[in-house]
Amino acid sequence: MNVKIGRPINIEIDHLSRVEGHGDIRIRIENGKLVECTWKVVETPRFFEVMFKGLSIEMAPLLAARICGICSISHALASARAIERALKIEIPEPAQKVRLLAKHAETLQSHTLHLFFLVAPDFLDVDSVIPLIQTHPQVVETAARIKGFANRASDLFAGRTTHPMVIKVGGSTQVPRKRQLKELVKDLDATIPYLWKALDLFKSFRMPDFARETEFVSLRGTEEYPFIGGNLVSSDGICKKEDEYRAMTNEYVVDFSTSKFSRLSRESFAVGALARFNNNYDLLHPKAKETAEELNLKLGEHNPFFYNLAQLVECFHVMYESKEIILSLIDSAISEFASHYRVKGCEGVGAVEAPRGILYHYYRIGEDGKIEKSDCVIPTSQNHVNIYYDLHKQVEELIGQGKGEEEIRNLSQMLVRAYDPCISCSVH
Amino acid sequence: MKYLGITLERPKIGVFDFTGCEGCQLQIANKEETLTDLFGLVEVVNFREISSERRNDYEVAFVEGSITTDNEVARLKKIRIQAKILVAMGACACLGGVNNLRSRFPLPDVVKEVYGGHPVDTGPVRKVTEVVPVDIELPGCPISKPEFEWVVRHLVLGIEPQFPKYPVCVECKQRLNSCVLDMGMMCLGPITRAGCNAVCPRNRFGCWGCRGPSDEANFKSLMEILGERGFSEEHISERINFFNAFSGLSQ
Ligand code: SF4
Ligand code: SF4
Repeated sequence: MNVKIGRPINIEIDHLSRVEGHGDIRIRIENGKLVECTWKVVETPRFFEVMFKGLSIEMAPLLAARICGICSISHALASARAIERALKIEIPEPAQKVRLLAKHAETLQSHTLHLFFLVAPDFLDVDSVIPLIQTHPQVVETAARIKGFANRASDLFAGRTTHPMVIKVGGSTQVPRKRQLKELVKDLDATIPYLWKALDLFKSFRMPDFARETEFVSLRGTEEYPFIGGNLVSSDGICKKEDEYRAMTNEYVVDFSTSKFSRLSRESFAVGALARFNNNYDLLHPKAKETAEELNLKLGEHNPFFYNLAQLVECFHVMYESKEIILSLIDSAISEFASHYRVKGCEGVGAVEAPRGILYHYYRIGEDGKIEKSDCVIPTSQNHVNIYYDLHKQVEELIGQGKGEEEIRNLSQMLVRAYDPCISCSVH
Repeated sequence: MKYLGITLERPKIGVFDFTGCEGCQLQIANKEETLTDLFGLVEVVNFREISSERRNDYEVAFVEGSITTDNEVARLKKIRIQAKILVAMGACACLGGVNNLRSRFPLPDVVKEVYGGHPVDTGPVRKVTEVVPVDIELPGCPISKPEFEWVVRHLVLGIEPQFPKYPVCVECKQRLNSCVLDMGMMCLGPITRAGCNAVCPRNRFGCWGCRGPSDEANFKSLMEILGERGFSEEHISERINFFNAFSGLSQ
């Protein structure tokens, strides 16, 4: 091994930029040896599990949304689903479709934000998307077009892009009119060419060469690529029911972080786009598979930088699948979109695939329809330990390759960013 | 920026987050159609969520979230010293927002429920005005992007923004929505400050006051109407207290 014994390296990054929330990186290298390498979550806790206490179930999805400004739709869906499963409420089919469309809009919006605003600047060697307005206007336009569409779709299916009010216990407050659906299909068709432009852009970026084998956890679809509900699976062969989420997450508290940590079969596991891709490749839309091939993203990939590419593949999936669902809504007669229900004492779990990975909400409901106890397990808190071990391994490899401080600093930040961590959400 | 031969100032702005969901700052990055124009109007020198550039020569600070730790108090005070204009952004910053829901319980119980015996750095929920003076309060949960842009335009032109004094009901009528109160739903639109374009009633969900009270809100009369329509006191108070928006009126 080519170990260069240079001066000590001390990397201290406070409040890592271009991620959601507050996290710090600390790396110390002395005599060519890694002596400290931490990924520290320093977000202030908000105590959502306490806020839910005593709230009526009607308000739960609305409060749940406020856990995260980026994935508010996922939180509202997981919350409504947990309550509906507890009370055994069947929601009408049109509402199911509208929810999936809202979910897809969020996935597209969140992935685009991550890929263009948070990740692309690293590959184009700038601080943010702002200078790209001058230097790469076509890149900014591509991002704006895709996100613009995702925003309009969120407005239509969830009420707005952040903090939806349309998702309610039992179904939807309303469903879009056919005229609006037809307009959105036109909008979607006009947006697809920009997705292909995004593909060309990301094909031109070389993902850093690094891999660490890990366990991937996600929902498993039966007939469709999973987004809302289903069995919980891991690439190490574990399969659990939605209600058994605790056996899948095993949360624990550590001293140096306000986010809880998780483990399963190994010291860490990973959730998110790459986990979903690896566990459900067979269920991807053909266009998404085509994209994966073009990006050289293969089943069984363990390079965390490929999270970025798996997200792009999912953008194709949700876009093409949305079109099919919207067309089927246009063709169907919609009369009902919310079910009536009666409250009783019970408990339930709702799992959804948020953009950053599997998300669980659990509630115990009292006879009076008020929430007695809640538990929310966030994708990013499940990824923290995995990020920690990745960071370690990557830095050691870089030291071995004789890389300098600048490169170690950049690649460490890029590695954390690849996971698209949502830190304020993980410290909810 | 030059208009009719006059050079307008291009203020330097910073965006800072405290205890919140970051949904408000996301709105700023959200409407890509006008983003280029916005970044032409102001110089963003500090906005951690979207940029690695961090300078401390900002003139206008946009602050999101409630203040809940000593560390946050210190950080906010520093920002106040630097900024010529401080804008509190969103219900968490302006009102305490949903964070206040935990204030129903004693702080030690709150920590114990989530972290067991582990110590965590936290404190009571404070709105920004409880810690430092605020120049402009930009309401909403989340804030509305058009309204954010409108405030920025005012700042650039040096005009004080005047928020609507009238309630959400007015916008609801302007949009020709059916009244959700008449449809049997609870709605706080009659006493809540307009500016959101009545987005909740528009989507068949009654307003629950995220923008705080309108001027001369007739709180008592709405409570009577809601009582007459059969809503329980408990149900009404849950709505009223959700964002901590009416604490001054409800006493
Ligand atoms: S006001 Fe609402 S959107 Fe803004 S930070 Fe607080 S919870 Fe999030
Ligand atoms: S309708 Fe009410 S709750 Fe909804 S955004 Fe407007 S002020 Fe806020």
